[in-house]
Amino acid sequence: MAAGVRPPPATPRAADRRRTLSRRGGESLWQDAWRRLLGNRLAVAGGAVVVLLLAVAALAPLLAPRHFAEGDFEKTFARPGADFVLGADFLGRDVLSRLIFGARISLTVGMLGAMTAFLIGVAYGTVAGYAGGRADNAMMRVVDLLYAFPSLLFIILLLVVFKLGFGQREDPSALVRAVVSLDRAMGGMLFILAGISLTSWVGLARLARGMALSLRETEFVQAARALGARPGRVVVRHLLPNLIGPGIVQVTLMIPGLIATEAFLSFIGLGVDPPTPSWGAMIAEGITSMRSHPHLAIFPGIALALTMLCFNFLGDGLRDALDPRMKQ
Amino acid sequence: MPALLLGRRACRGIAVLTYLIRRLLWLVPVLGVISAVTFFLMHSVPGNPFDQEDKPLPPEVIARLEAHYHLDEPVWRQYLRYMGGALRGDLGPSYLSKDRSVNDIIARHFPVSFVLGTLSLGVAVVIGIPLGIVSALRQNTVADYVSMFMAVSGVSVPALTLGPLLMWGLALQLGLLPVARWGSWQQAVMPAFTLGIGQAAILARLTRASMLQVIREDYVRTARAKGVSERRVIVHHALRNALIPVVTVLGPLFAALVTGSMVVEQIFAIPGLGDFYVGSVGDRDYPVIMGTTLLYTAVLVIANLAVDLAYSWIDPRIRLEAT
Repeated sequence: MAAGVRPPPATPRAADRRRTLSRRGGESLWQDAWRRLLGNRLAVAGGAVVVLLLAVAALAPLLAPRHFAEGDFEKTFARPGADFVLGADFLGRDVLSRLIFGARISLTVGMLGAMTAFLIGVAYGTVAGYAGGRADNAMMRVVDLLYAFPSLLFIILLLVVFKLGFGQREDPSALVRAVVSLDRAMGGMLFILAGISLTSWVGLARLARGMALSLRETEFVQAARALGARPGRVVVRHLLPNLIGPGIVQVTLMIPGLIATEAFLSFIGLGVDPPTPSWGAMIAEGITSMRSHPHLAIFPGIALALTMLCFNFLGDGLRDALDPRMKQ
Repeated sequence: MPALLLGRRACRGIAVLTYLIRRLLWLVPVLGVISAVTFFLMHSVPGNPFDQEDKPLPPEVIARLEAHYHLDEPVWRQYLRYMGGALRGDLGPSYLSKDRSVNDIIARHFPVSFVLGTLSLGVAVVIGIPLGIVSALRQNTVADYVSMFMAVSGVSVPALTLGPLLMWGLALQLGLLPVARWGSWQQAVMPAFTLGIGQAAILARLTRASMLQVIREDYVRTARAKGVSERRVIVHHALRNALIPVVTVLGPLFAALVTGSMVVEQIFAIPGLGDFYVGSVGDRDYPVIMGTTLLYTAVLVIANLAVDLAYSWIDPRIRLEAT
């Protein structure tokens, strides 16, 4: 067939045309992505479990058979059974209840941490990419330096500074006292969130900068500028909306990593304050009695892996749905 | 100009050398900034390392200790003193283990983390890359789906889950391997797998994506068209090119394994440096914190450098450009 010559389009029957129109014609990017997401069975399953976990975490006080800190000293290390569905730990606390309350910590740190990191990273990266030149260069050198910092070491150091610096003695300043009491009220979660947000925005800043750099040269941005739009307006109206799609994907795919980081921090004793249950802290307690009561370390481990798996399936599905070019 | 005088090969050698020197010089500001951030952060915490809640030392003793370790000086002077020592290769004494210097501690515990990291990288490469290749060559078959499901699961199962599971299954139930500690090769198996499986999954996904792209290239079709055996097409033409992006992640991966082995070291009671770091931060053993941070940063930067060099060696089209 000669280039440029197309066969005449076959006239579709009316019913066919209506179906094509209703499926394709009036579909926005988001409807299209939503439809593709629903077609991905693993992503739907992952998303459903995530919603379920969120519900469980939100309704924890109603669903948990006991309070997470309530110990029964005659039932220490009880086997899973009628009394304690998943057994009891070394203080006779119900493992299931602690898992349910632990979901609150994992999900909050994972989701809130990813969102904070996203906001910092996108703000930083967009400004650097859009400003360009010397400002961009300087801002990106900072990012390079942070990249060279072993992130686990940095976050451990930050948490120790927060905990020892704020937590130990009575501080005269009202702000510090407010921060400390807020952290206490959150079971020690505030400092973890701060540490995670401060260390994990760097990758997102690079992504946002790259996108801002390429978007800056597109026709619609040039047009907006030619019409006299100020930089602030261009960034908010034309750059940020284009970052939402990749942003959602990045945030979802970041969540499992942050959940693992929280578990790790609680595992080494820098996470939540006891008796607040965290899956990582439960594994740390369980590992000491691995030989006789392995379920104490294994159940929270399974909860951790299951949650991360669901977020990964959902994130992969979102990526395929929002950016079909990425799909292999 | 130099090409005329020296010939092509020597010229390239010089280019690599200048690149190497420039990249190693980048280490200086990196280590400078990171050491300063770490130093001032840890010194910003009120109090000192000799505060003990249960058995408080008399104030005179604390004053003597502070004077001995120069902790009574202004922080900037302490920093200069520390960096002066570090440049001469002396990372100072450990406050806690009084008979050991930080150099001793690193010499004793870092090799353990290093060996563990290397073994895990081996696990990741040996499992991940073949899995990715098979998955790409059998795209959209059961083998592909199974491998990719395994890969996503591998990414999602953290060491905190896998470690206790392996320990329970292989050591406690089946009695195949020793439960914990470090020394014999049997004791290294579970830690290496615990640490390596997640990275194997990452490598598998990356290899698959890269391989799928490469087998659609013109030169692969040309090789097939001229009658090269399928095996040779895959191994010689496709794989070599598909592995380029895979090799680039090996550097960060290795650094992540060496510096990220803390979880595994804690679970399996392995006397590595990561485990030591966690303890030293809590006890505010300043010189140990500094020494470990500087060492890990150097490992990270050098691992990335090694990869960039390997990169230009595998793919001569890629020129080394100092950034």
